Formats: sequence, C-alpha cells, structure tokens
Amino acid sequence: LKLKFIFIFMFFLPSARAAAQERPFFITYDHALEEPGSLETALNPALGTQRGGGGFLSWWAEFEYGAKAWWTTAAYLNGQRTRRDSTVFTGFRWENRIRPLMLEHRVNPVIYLELERLSEADKTLVPVVGHDIEAEHAEPNEATSGERETELEARLILSSRLEGWTIAENLVFERSLEGGPWEFGYSFGLSRPLALAASPARCSVCPENFVAGIEVYGGLGDTGSFGLKKTAHYLAPVLAWELPRGATLRVSPTFGLNGNSHRFVLRFGAAFEIPSFGRRVGLVR
Amino acid sequence: MRGVLALTCAVWATACVGGHRIDGLARAPEPMSADSNPAGSDTRAGEKLYARHCAECHGGDGRGRTGPSLRTARVRGASPGQLFWMLTNGDLRGGMPSWSHLPAARRWQIVAYVSALEADPAITPPERRSTAAALPVSPRPR
Repeated sequence: LKLKFIFIFMFFLPSARAAAQERPFFITYDHALEEPGSLETALNPALGTQRGGGGFLSWWAEFEYGAKAWWTTAAYLNGQRTRRDSTVFTGFRWENRIRPLMLEHRVNPVIYLELERLSEADKTLVPVVGHDIEAEHAEPNEATSGERETELEARLILSSRLEGWTIAENLVFERSLEGGPWEFGYSFGLSRPLALAASPARCSVCPENFVAGIEVYGGLGDTGSFGLKKTAHYLAPVLAWELPRGATLRVSPTFGLNGNSHRFVLRFGAAFEIPSFGRRVGLVR
Repeated sequence: MRGVLALTCAVWATACVGGHRIDGLARAPEPMSADSNPAGSDTRAGEKLYARHCAECHGGDGRGRTGPSLRTARVRGASPGQLFWMLTNGDLRGGMPSWSHLPAARRWQIVAYVSALEADPAITPPERRSTAAALPVSPRPR
C-alpha cells in the first residue's frame, strides 16, 4: 500500500517544465543521460504471450536521477502477474551510466554498471542475455519466485547521432555474484524524430513530438556456450510521444524472431520528468 | 551487501576517470565558429524550445536560475557556431548536459533565440561561473 502511494505521489507531482527528449527504446540505451538534478519516474508494463503457460503482465517502475551531467543513476522495482497464477514482486535493480568522454564524438561510449537482485520469476525481459528463453517463463510463480540471485550487469553502450538519426549498440555482460558463467547479450536501436525542426506554435499532436524507431535484441549464450544456439531474439518497432510538461508515452509491439522467443510482447511506457528534483529535496544546492 | 560495495567502488572508479576535464573543452573548433545560423533569425521556434529545455536552469528570461545568465556580453559576442558547439557538447564537468539528442535543426533554433537575447550590463562573466565563460574569448567574426 505504501508503494502505491509513492508511485501516485511521484507520477502526479507537478512539473514546472518539460526537459529532455525521451529515448524511444525500452532495451537499448544511447549516450543521452538524465539532466543533472532531474528525476524521471516511469512505469513500463509489458503484456506477453506464453506457450505452455499463462500469458503475463510484467512491469518495472523506474526512478532515474541525473547525479551529474556525466553520470545517471537509477533504481528499478520489478514485478509480474501471470494468468491463472499469481502476482509477484520479482526484485530490484540499481543502475549507473557514466560517460567517460566529455565531448561529443562520432561514436560515444557509455559505461553501464548494474546490480540486480531478481527472482527467476522475473518476466520483464530486460535485457535478454545468455540462454534466456520462453520455456523458462512457463514455470509457475510458486516454483520460481523463491529463487533469487544477485547479479552484476555491465554494458558497453556505443551511440551516434547522424542527420537526426540515433544509432545505438549495446553489448551486455551479466554474471551472478554467487558464481556461474558470464552471460552475453546485445541490443541495437535506430530512431529518428518525425520532424527535425520545431514549429513555432505550441502543439501536442505534431510530428516534432514523436520519435519512431526500431530495436533488435537478444542473447548470445555464455562463456560455456557462446553463440546463437538456444537463445531468444526480438524485433521491436518503437514509438515515443512527448506530451507537454515532461510526460512521455511509449509503445513497442515486440515480435519473437525464433522458436525460443515469446511470440509477442506489447510494451508500454509512461514517463514523467521532475526537473530540479535534487534542488527541491536538498540533494543539490 | 558485497555486491553493493563492489558496484559503488566500480562506479566511483569509473567516475574518477570519466569526470576528468579535458583541456580545450572551452574551445570550439574552427569550423564551428561559423557566423551564419541555418535556422535564420526567426526566434519563435527557438523561444518555444528554450522554454522547454533551457529555462529550468537558465531562467525564463535568460538571466539565470540554477545555471548561469545567458544575458552576458560573452554570450552576445559568441558566434552562432560557438553557441551551437556549446549546446551540442555541454560542459559535462561543469554541470551542463549535452543536448546532442536534440536534432541539429532544433539546436540551431535555440541558438537563434539565445543569440537574440539582449545582454544585461549588470552581469559580467567573471562574477558568476558561466557556461558562457567556457566559450572562446575571440570576438564574434564578421
């Protein structure tokens, strides 16, 4: 109940102005970071099909804060509800993204480090690594929600801007702190605003407020069995709509590309930015 | 707990490397010192974008808020190319984010608006830490 109140509070806090242009991707990161002192809250539900089990609604709530202009830190809370099964909180993630280079380059690297403690019941598919396949999600929550692992995830984010296009590639490395092999994954994203220049008039439903793109992501096995064998891959068109006062809506119909993937996942995202949050709560002067 | 400590150390270690200021950040490369703005002199779209992306820090009137004033002689004297370069790269170490995620056309529109702001004689760059202070000191090319 307390969590519910926190969410409601965060999402409806009045915002003075909008700020950054939200990336449309759900999985892929580019090199844009949160503005220093700003807090972005987001809720990202996903409806997924499941062969051999009930369909599911998974979600993650996101609290992303611009600690510095070159460092963004974020906390995530994950959960899911499976049809003909139960609703479970699956764990948390703490993520950090750091820009090692202070100027823009043709290719801009970002170092991504994340600590996560998630149960095997997690179905957010963020990210897809190693041999994460659909069959693993068919097990009932009762069997999987008790199995929790603390994992370290690292990514090398490479991102470029070219004539209005954003091109981003992420290489994902993940390993349980309790041992086991390194697992690998990838994601690739391409996006562009529907209009590059802004119109003088204030508008909500105009091309400049929409960003469209596509992302592809999947697993690459692990240190013991690197490759595409027994891995899942997805293709997902994405669309983001920036609303006035810092709100962004996103949608992404996601299609499984092979027999190991969920056939279809429909992702939604609602994000809300609170500029100068750090100053308001006394984190920064 | 061990994981949290390990990640914290890793973040700070990377941050120490990442946060290093690069000499010459303040210098826009020669090609960026162009005196012409492809967005022209129409400031209406730029005003809208400024209100959306910049006013939170630089103030609705450009006189500064949490960020520095843009109504300085230094900003007024900067070429559109220099302002565009500053907007594109930001001053990450100094706290200004990069706005490269905005399409170039929109960055030029913001530059058109900022260039049109009248300088406020009451504010001089040395008295306040200024984004504009990071700009090259050479006079605006004609």
